[in-house]
Amino acid sequence: MKQLKQTEQIKFSRIYALGAARGDLAVTNDEIAGPIDSSDEWIRQRTGIITRKRASADRSLMDMAIEASNEAIGKAGIDASEIGAVILATISFPYQTPSGASLLAESVGAHGAAAYDISAACAGYCYGIAQADSLVRSGVAKYVLVVGGEKLSDFVEPTDRSISFLLGDGAGAAIVGPSDHPGISKTVWGSDGSNWDKVGMTGSLIDFRDGKTSWPTLVQEGQSVFRWAVWEMAKVAKEALAAAGLEPEDLSALVTHQANTRIIDELAKQLNIPESVVVARDIVDTGNTSAASIPLAMHRLLAEGQVKSGGYALEIGFGAGLAYAAQVVELP
Amino acid sequence: MALSSQDVLAGLAELVNDETGIAADAVQMEKSFTDDLDIDSISMMTIVVNAEDKFGVKIPDEKVKDLITVADAVNFITENQA
Repeated sequence: MKQLKQTEQIKFSRIYALGAARGDLAVTNDEIAGPIDSSDEWIRQRTGIITRKRASADRSLMDMAIEASNEAIGKAGIDASEIGAVILATISFPYQTPSGASLLAESVGAHGAAAYDISAACAGYCYGIAQADSLVRSGVAKYVLVVGGEKLSDFVEPTDRSISFLLGDGAGAAIVGPSDHPGISKTVWGSDGSNWDKVGMTGSLIDFRDGKTSWPTLVQEGQSVFRWAVWEMAKVAKEALAAAGLEPEDLSALVTHQANTRIIDELAKQLNIPESVVVARDIVDTGNTSAASIPLAMHRLLAEGQVKSGGYALEIGFGAGLAYAAQVVELP
Repeated sequence: MALSSQDVLAGLAELVNDETGIAADAVQMEKSFTDDLDIDSISMMTIVVNAEDKFGVKIPDEKVKDLITVADAVNFITENQA
């Protein structure tokens, strides 16, 4: 009997480069405060957001995903034809099927690459990095394009006080490939379906079709989510750091999902993050962009020279599901 | 030994002070967390989690919204402390 052939394991992987694209409109708190009977000061105090980037009607999720991907591919110095898989993490691509990833693959020159979308909301990008790490190290794909992309402004309700006013649009892209040294630590991930309804939509598309609900928009139970996002995610982040064999002082950056600065600050406090570690706060003028928020925030830290290539960043995504994932990555 | 209501009030006032800077002696039984002390939902949850640690009591999410006044919180903690 012939012996089955299996791929040769590649020992390590890393992120080669990042790309970023944001909505073209800077929407101020004053512009959205009226329908929620609020004010610029109230929104700043409770969320830390000053403006959020939203995309105009003619700038689609795919436009932003392509822009971010092309930047990442160019900076990685690879040929797009070498990309073996394209993963798009999103909750706002407006088609149930086909996937956005297959169109993205074709659009960026990754012709024929395996392509699929994943739905893990604000944890989606970190889920994608976990999968890319595995695909590269198992030899299934040489390079993987991971994109977190959202046009959440299509799913906001101006009068909603729970989440809509936080949300922005953008896409962040990463190229993951083989490495001669460790560049992505073991992912700590999971979900808590017992809290399935804590972040989600106001109704299903079937309910909308049947006239039982208006256009489904995003909604959350903010107080419960805050408790989970800080105290439960602190445990996950500590576990991810331990799996990476690092202490907080070994990090260059903490890049959490950009949900709310109060969550970011309290999470950093619970993790005893020292002052030497840069804490990403891209949310201040980008808003909460769900799956896009971590790569956008990390891209910005690098672009502004706040961190250097080669340093370590703890990234942790958490949100609807409830789903979460954390890993330490070497900054590209 | 279980803490008295007065002990719980004093401990809770400290937690409120830590989180919000509100003077501990302003945290009185009849005060409303939202209307009188102007504590928002996120600060309230931080106080709740810290109170759980301090008093060895579990305060479920669905209970938090029933804690309108300081007395509501003091009574719940006093009755449910470990």
